[in-house]
Amino acid sequence: MNDVWHQIFNFTDYGALLALVRNSLIAGAILGIVGGLVGVFVMMRDLPFAVHGISELSFAGASAALLIGANVVAGSLVGSVVAASIIGALGMRARDRNSIIGVLMPFGLGLGVLFLALYKGRAANKFGLLTGQIIAVDTPQLSWLAATSAVVLVALAVLWRPLTFASVDPEVAAARGVPVRALAPIFTIVLGLAVAISIQIVGALLVLALLCTPAAAAMRVTASPVRVPLLSVLFATVSMLGGTLLALGSSVPISPYVTTISFLIYLVCRGIGAARSRGAWTRRGAGATRTAGPVL
Amino acid sequence: MISLKEAALSYGERVLWRDLTLDVEPGEFLVVLGPNGSGKTSLLRALLGEVPLSAGTMTIGGRPPRRGSPLIGYVPQQKAMSPAMPLRSRDLVRLGIDGHRWGMGRAGRAVRARVDELLAEVGAESYADVPIGTLSGGEQQRLRIAQALATDPRILLCDEPLLSLDPHHQQAVAELIDRRRRRHDTAVVFVTHEINPVLPMVDRVLYFVDGRFRAGTVREVMTSHTLSDLYGTPVEVIRAGGRILMAGALDAAGHHHPGGEEHGP
Repeated sequence: MNDVWHQIFNFTDYGALLALVRNSLIAGAILGIVGGLVGVFVMMRDLPFAVHGISELSFAGASAALLIGANVVAGSLVGSVVAASIIGALGMRARDRNSIIGVLMPFGLGLGVLFLALYKGRAANKFGLLTGQIIAVDTPQLSWLAATSAVVLVALAVLWRPLTFASVDPEVAAARGVPVRALAPIFTIVLGLAVAISIQIVGALLVLALLCTPAAAAMRVTASPVRVPLLSVLFATVSMLGGTLLALGSSVPISPYVTTISFLIYLVCRGIGAARSRGAWTRRGAGATRTAGPVL
Repeated sequence: MISLKEAALSYGERVLWRDLTLDVEPGEFLVVLGPNGSGKTSLLRALLGEVPLSAGTMTIGGRPPRRGSPLIGYVPQQKAMSPAMPLRSRDLVRLGIDGHRWGMGRAGRAVRARVDELLAEVGAESYADVPIGTLSGGEQQRLRIAQALATDPRILLCDEPLLSLDPHHQQAVAELIDRRRRRHDTAVVFVTHEINPVLPMVDRVLYFVDGRFRAGTVREVMTSHTLSDLYGTPVEVIRAGGRILMAGALDAAGHHHPGGEEHGP
C-alpha cells in the first residue's frame, strides 16, 4: 500500500527535480491559457465530442510521426488539421457533425494503434501520446508548442466577438453581416491546433480535461463574458501547473493529476452554481417576469 | 422603404414565387402568411441579402439588399438557449451594436449607455444582468427586439417572433414591435403562421400559397373567396370576436404546422 502511495506522491529531492521540469511548467502555463480560452467556445458551440474526435486523429498523426522518426508535434498537428478539415467541411450541422465524428474517431484510434504496434522504440513514448507525458518536455517540443499557441491566441483575439455572436445566434449574426459560414470551419481548425498541442502533455484520451472542464466550471459560477474566459484560463492553468508539480517525482504521468484537479474545480463550481441558482443568481428587480410595459 | 418589381425566387427548378411587385412604406406593418415552404422565410433572406433573386429587382431604401445593412433589424423566432450560455441580457443586446466587428472589443461608455437605452426601450432593465439561459421565452424575445433595434433600423424583419410564446407574451412582444414602428416610422415585415396576435396592427397582408400569392389589406385578402382561389380548394374564413378563423383543407397544405420553416439549400 505504502509502495503504491510512493509511486503516486513522492517529494524527495523535489528541488533538484523542479529544475528539470522547467520546460514542462512553461508548457503547462501556455496550455492552460490556450485550453481555457478555446474551451469557452467549445462549450458555447457544443463541441466537446468534436474535441475528442479531433484528438484521436491527432494521436494517429503523432504515432505515425513516431514510427517514421519525424517530429511528433508536427505529426499530431497534421492529424488534427486533417480531422478538423473533415469535420469542418462535412459537419456544418450539429447532427451531421456528431455522426461524422463517431465514424472518424475509431478509425483514427485504430490507425494510431497500428502505428504504435509497429514502432519499436521506448514504450513510454507510446503511452505518452494516449495518456500523457511522464518525461520532461524538451526544448524543440516547447518551441513548437509556443509557436502553435501563438497562432491560436492571435486567431482567437481577432475572431472573439463575431465568433461569440455566431455561437449565440447564427441567424441574427448572419443578418448583421457576420460571415457565419466561414467562421465555423476556421474555428474548427483553430480548435484542431489547440488539440494537437494539448495531446503532447495530457494525452489524446484526456484533452477534454483541458479544453472542456475548465470552461464548463467557469460557466457554472458566472455568465459575464469577461469573467468566464478569465476564470476558465485560471482553472486550466492551475490544473496544468498543479498536476505537473504533484506528478514530479512520482512514476505516474501528469495526466491523472491534471484531470483530477480540473474535475475537483468543476465540482466546487457546480456546487457554488447550484447554491446560487436557489439564491441571488437569478434575482432581479421586483416583478420582473410580469414586467411593466416599456418605458419609452 | 422596400420595393420589389416583378421579383422571383427559385431554388433550381422549384419556383417559390414570381412576379412579385410590392412596395412597403415607412411605418407600414406587412404580415407575410402562407404554408410552410411557400417562401415566407426566403423572402426575408432575400431582403437580408442572403439569397439573390432569380428575376426582377429588389431595393431597400433605394439600394440593392446587402448583408449586414444597418437599415435592417432582424428578429428571429424564440429558441431554447443553454442555461450555461455565458452571456447576460446586456451582453446579448450589445452584440447587436458591435458583435459583427473583429477583435475582442471593450465596451466603452457610449456602447454601455446605448445598451441601457435599448434595454429600457423594451422594458428589460430588471433582468439586465441575468444570464440569458435562465430567462423565459418572452423575456428573450424582448432582448432580441432590443438587439435588432441597436442600429436604429428603418425596417424590422421578423421571422415568427411569437412562435412558442404564451398568449400573454405574444401580445407584449407584438405591442413592442407595433410601438416601435408607430414612434419611429419603422417598416415591419412580419412572417407568421398565425395572424390573430397581430391582427389589430396589420396594414397589409402578403399571402403565399404554392408559388402564387395575394397582397392587400386584411379585408381584401382574408376572405373565403380570395383564399379558396389561392389554395385552389374551398376555404371558409370566419371572423369572430376580433379573430380570424380558417377552415377547410388547409391542414393538408401544412398551414397549422408551426416551426420547420423552409430553408434554402
